[in-house]
Amino acid sequence: MRALTWHGKHDVRVDSVPDPKIVNPRDAIIQITSTAICGSDLHLYDHTIPTMKAGDVLGHEFMGEVLEVGPGNQKLKVGQRVVVPFVIACGQCFFCRQQQFAACDNSNPAETADMSEFLFGYPMTGAFGYSHLTGGYAGGQAEFVRVPFSDVGPIVIPEGIEDEKVLFLSDILPTGWMAAVNCEIKPQETVAVWGCGPVGLFAIQSARVLGAHRVIAIDHYPHRLDLAKSLGAEVINFEEVNVREALVEMTGGIGPDACIDAVGMESHGVTADSVMDKVKSTVGLVTDQTHGLRQVILACRKGGRISIPGVYGGVTDKFPIGALMEKGLSVKSGQTHVQKYTQELLDLILNHKLDTTFLISHRLSLEDAPEGYKMFKERQNEVTKVVLKPGMTRH
Amino acid sequence: MADPLAHTAHDDAPLSSAKNPDVEAATDLGARKGDVLIGRTVTIDKPRETLYAFWRDFTNLPRFMHHIRSVTVTSAEHSHWVVEAPGGRSVEWDSQITEDRPGETIAWRSREGAAVRNSGRVDFADSPDGRGSLVTVTFAYDPPGGAVGKAIAKLFQEEPKIQARRDLRRFKQLMETGEVSTARAPDAAPRA
Repeated sequence: MRALTWHGKHDVRVDSVPDPKIVNPRDAIIQITSTAICGSDLHLYDHTIPTMKAGDVLGHEFMGEVLEVGPGNQKLKVGQRVVVPFVIACGQCFFCRQQQFAACDNSNPAETADMSEFLFGYPMTGAFGYSHLTGGYAGGQAEFVRVPFSDVGPIVIPEGIEDEKVLFLSDILPTGWMAAVNCEIKPQETVAVWGCGPVGLFAIQSARVLGAHRVIAIDHYPHRLDLAKSLGAEVINFEEVNVREALVEMTGGIGPDACIDAVGMESHGVTADSVMDKVKSTVGLVTDQTHGLRQVILACRKGGRISIPGVYGGVTDKFPIGALMEKGLSVKSGQTHVQKYTQELLDLILNHKLDTTFLISHRLSLEDAPEGYKMFKERQNEVTKVVLKPGMTRH
Repeated sequence: MADPLAHTAHDDAPLSSAKNPDVEAATDLGARKGDVLIGRTVTIDKPRETLYAFWRDFTNLPRFMHHIRSVTVTSAEHSHWVVEAPGGRSVEWDSQITEDRPGETIAWRSREGAAVRNSGRVDFADSPDGRGSLVTVTFAYDPPGGAVGKAIAKLFQEEPKIQARRDLRRFKQLMETGEVSTARAPDAAPRA
């Protein structure tokens, strides 16, 4: 099959690779009809996430048709259309049972779980197409994909709903939603969102659905600020305006009640490729860039809440821990527990309370995926989301 | 559970987490000075009787202990083990069960003449937090080639501590989900 593979910094190619197979009884094979490039994929593209190997298949936002189901799966049927969560959850461990699916204890193979255990204290869950820290599973920017524990994750889509309406259930919509849920929004509250990329935009949308009285969005790309405005947010352009001063004024001197960091690590990140080889040495961890997060902490009102969906991987310095403590802030963060929210969000979509199609700016064939990565990275004003269609002929 | 392995002398932490474990104090293990002590616990959401029964049938062990080349049960108490070693070699020894309490404990000791003298135990207990069962593996071994051998094994990621951690993780996966998670190329994870 054809698949988008990683070969180094700024080097992704579409290669011919073997088809995936059913290996474990609860596996399923999906034929992919739509798949997107994520902002997190750009961290792989920039090689700021360690443990990548040349030949890795990328892609963690995908959907398609069930082609084959292993004998241990009593739920899925061949021919069903499904969206697949980017985190792989077994459904049975302590964490899955609490609906903390992005913390699954069983989906990261034992051979790869060591690395994140060393880095973070406990091993990360398995996920699709996102380095060997999360298991080295092949991703879904491809024609076919093997989905482990396919009786837990995939959500069945009713007939008659086009792919683009539901594709983002795989990752970015639940991510924006969980970011807003973590704000614990109360009546009359103001939520401030840093970053108007896909996650920030869905966080704005979600905050309004969850009852935020006002949402204030911060970015510098004019087109993204326009999209935020169209979702009902007031906007601040951080290149032209002193953000903290603006927020103080716009909230009558009190400050936003909840603040979302939808920026995450930008150009810097964890670069310890030697983590794979060394068991006990803490070597070469470059600090994550946290300018945005620093501002979030200083701008939040006293006693307020910080919600961090933005991805970070390593350590940082000059962290305003004093501001956090003295102001009594609460922090909630994490990779998204996608499976916890998919049914609720699908219902909102089917009832026309949420529409995510506005986000898609480009549709390309799978063969054009390398150009998709390049444009998503280099033209962030007009390229808001690139969706790849494995069935489409290339241009 | 009055167990010399359970605590260091001065606090409630397990002996295996001590910075300088007094391995000879673990009299149940029969370890000697210079032995490496390894201990690891997982919580598995299954009854301890079920977990004990699966482990006690040693022919099941290769399903989650991937460094075992073969284990042959020769009598009620004795078994013969062939295990991978660094550099593609293998080591083998005869092992004897020294303690067997269904649903609770299996303890073993290598017999005279073992290539790598080792002894260990696996304990099954109810999780005090109501989260299923605690499975604790503790073992001590005489490292081949002394300190130099241990350093070499570490480099090849084949140090027994890493293997034990991985084996327990696979045991948990197998018991809770019915499967051992894998992303081995090409079938489980195609790649270029």
